[in-house]
Amino acid sequence: MENHYYNSKDLDKFGNIAEYQKELADKFFAYYGEVFKDSHLTAKEKSLIALAVAHAVQCPYCIDAYSTDAYEKGYSEAQMMEAVHVASAIKGGAVLVHGIQMMNKVKEIGM
Amino acid sequence: MIKSLKVLHHPLSDSLYQLALLEPDLDDSKSSFKAKLDEFGLFPLKPSALEIFQINLGKMCNQTCRHCHVDAGPDRQEIMSRQTMDLCLQVLKNTEIKTVDLTGGAPELNPDFRWFVQEIKKLGKHILVRCNLTIIVANKRFNDLPEFFKEHQVEVVSSLPSFTQDRTDRQRGDGVFEDSVKALHMLNVVGYGQEGSGLILNLVYNPAGAFLPPSQIALEKEYKKELSSRYGILFNQLFAITNMPISRYLDYLLTSGNYEMYMDKLISAFNPASVQNLMCRTMLSVGWDGYLYDCDFNQMLDLKVSASTSQHISDFDFEKLKNRDIIIKQHCFGCTAGEGSSCGGSLSV
Repeated sequence: MENHYYNSKDLDKFGNIAEYQKELADKFFAYYGEVFKDSHLTAKEKSLIALAVAHAVQCPYCIDAYSTDAYEKGYSEAQMMEAVHVASAIKGGAVLVHGIQMMNKVKEIGM
Repeated sequence: MIKSLKVLHHPLSDSLYQLALLEPDLDDSKSSFKAKLDEFGLFPLKPSALEIFQINLGKMCNQTCRHCHVDAGPDRQEIMSRQTMDLCLQVLKNTEIKTVDLTGGAPELNPDFRWFVQEIKKLGKHILVRCNLTIIVANKRFNDLPEFFKEHQVEVVSSLPSFTQDRTDRQRGDGVFEDSVKALHMLNVVGYGQEGSGLILNLVYNPAGAFLPPSQIALEKEYKKELSSRYGILFNQLFAITNMPISRYLDYLLTSGNYEMYMDKLISAFNPASVQNLMCRTMLSVGWDGYLYDCDFNQMLDLKVSASTSQHISDFDFEKLKNRDIIIKQHCFGCTAGEGSSCGGSLSV
């Protein structure tokens, strides 16, 4: 057993998930490839979205992959950090907006 | 002033040191470029034609770019003599070679540059100059280069690694972006990059870091939009080129701790479809001292052509050179990664 949960070299082995279930893996990777192609959004725009989502879901593999990809595709450091702030704002907002639920409940049970 | 590796007596200025460093470990022989070609039945690599003569007029340059595979700079003294240029002209006169690609250093710094261009033009050849742009504004005596290029219908190919100042200057030196923009304006003014002028201005992108270039098509579209809207600059095509893991770029990879990752990236991105279009199959590279090489990168690694009796322009033997085996080493993975790479950009578009 590894003594840590994440190993950066595991990212290169992502395709190996097909060893245990090829059909679903093939479908996933085909879908994944299609999603990131130029379409109504450019591949470059999608890369920045992926970077922000990678931070929101706190996936270290995805952060490595899309930091590289977004920089390769020409985004500046400041643009990439702004994308991370967007993820942060949405995550923070998501926490705070639940404050309304808390308020609703407190008003419901309070005198 | 940043000094060249050669002047610093850096170990990487020794081509044998570089080649030894690039060799794969013995237990990893499957990762050799030769093994890759073998795997796809592409070895030995042979020329398909001889269409382009790329001539290095010298290693002197007004810039010292961090990725330069030539290790060029203001402190380099190597320069092609008029006598060697004469030998090149003789060969051009007696062969069907259509295009002459002039490079350096900054080729314009060679005192015989203009004479050489005029003589090549008299032979009816198409001329391409790899102009670093800043040379045009470096000194008054170069300010008329756009007019000179126009007069001789020279195709201009110029590096601009980004449409932003920050990335460009980080790779090519402080102030390079601003001077490049000025020079591009001067080229545009005489007609370069303008539709219908017939004056071709192509730009070259190469990554400012340890990564591969993105899609050339997408990048060209973005460059056109950004350069036009921000600076009113027009150009024809963008060539996306992969950085070769040699010389100063190799130094950068090693000192930044990115060497292994970058080589793994190049090797795993090997694209067999790029091999048929490799530039070494249609060109010959001539060094400042007249020696012949399969490409500019082999030239910088002192890997002369395999045709042993025709290794110098003074012994040029068209038949022998046409039938030679092209010399390959690990750095060749730089030309076969992803969409492939050449002095004319991506190989698969």
